[in-house]
Amino acid sequence: MTYSDAQIWTIIAILGVGTFLIRFSFLGLIGDRPMPSFVLRLLRFTPVAVLPGMVAPLVVWPPATSGALDPIRLCAAIVTVAVGIWTRNVLWAIVAGALTLYGAMGLTLLL
Amino acid sequence: MTTSTVKTQTSAPYWAGFRDGLPFILMAAPFAMVFGVIATDAGLTLAQGMGFSVLVIAGASQFAALQMMIENASIAFVLLAALAVNLRMAMYSAALVPYLGAAPLWKRVLVAYLNFDQTYIVSVARYEKRPEMSVAERVAYFFGVATPIVPFWVGMTMVGMLAGAAIPEAWALDFIMPIMFLAMVAPMVKSLAHVAATCVSISVALALVGLPSGTGLLIAAGAAMLTGALVEMWMEGRRK
Repeated sequence: MTYSDAQIWTIIAILGVGTFLIRFSFLGLIGDRPMPSFVLRLLRFTPVAVLPGMVAPLVVWPPATSGALDPIRLCAAIVTVAVGIWTRNVLWAIVAGALTLYGAMGLTLLL
Repeated sequence: MTTSTVKTQTSAPYWAGFRDGLPFILMAAPFAMVFGVIATDAGLTLAQGMGFSVLVIAGASQFAALQMMIENASIAFVLLAALAVNLRMAMYSAALVPYLGAAPLWKRVLVAYLNFDQTYIVSVARYEKRPEMSVAERVAYFFGVATPIVPFWVGMTMVGMLAGAAIPEAWALDFIMPIMFLAMVAPMVKSLAHVAATCVSISVALALVGLPSGTGLLIAAGAAMLTGALVEMWMEGRRK
């Protein structure tokens, strides 16, 4: 890394302000004016529209393995989703996924 | 003991939010620690690393910024990549308007600062389930969700920076974040429209993975939202 201290603080400051403005955008500027029903319908899908797309590349090409498909991480992801759909419970899904991840890693260390 | 009516009205939802936020310590703590470790490794000072976690307070974009900085990208590209990753939060901001738009400005400023994946997802799920909540109760619930998460986010960044390179890579802390996000989303996939949106999000994001950080995700999210809304309308039309 070849940035000066001032440059790094500039990055942090602009990123902080910019991120805040993104988060504040609609909530701050548009307020409680009524929104069209199609927009509301669209927005209800934001979590299932954003998060799977954010995670999918990390599952298929994990940065930790330099992008090579990793059977352990893939299994952990599948177990997490399966348990999440089955139990409808975030915590159980996390526990199941983490146990799969560390269980499988422990097994490969032993074998 | 004197308790104002406002306080009694909002303390129950605040603590309900606090309880619902607790499990996400499991996510924030390792994620923040990993950020601290990588930040130290990349050459940031303790103050700079903490500056990221306090001022930006958005995991994925902090990682994106670090990655670009490690590659010595120009400052403009560092900012573009990190801000693109955060654009999804404009959608969160918009999605909160029907629930929190009527709150006083200072509360909306605070909500905006604390509007990250976990607080947003948990809060909107609650608002949808309980339409009878007042605006003050919703704000209190939102702050409740953030309360246990934020100190761990900031504190564990510091722990990670101090622990630095002592943490072995074999811990696979990197994959805790995907597991957390998957665990949050899976229970929300509750209709054909949600399944369709999820599939579009995944396939478009994978297809566009070569685009600059965050860009593919943004296109994937837009396409997935549109798909979800259209499939939902089509299903409603069939039911009539």
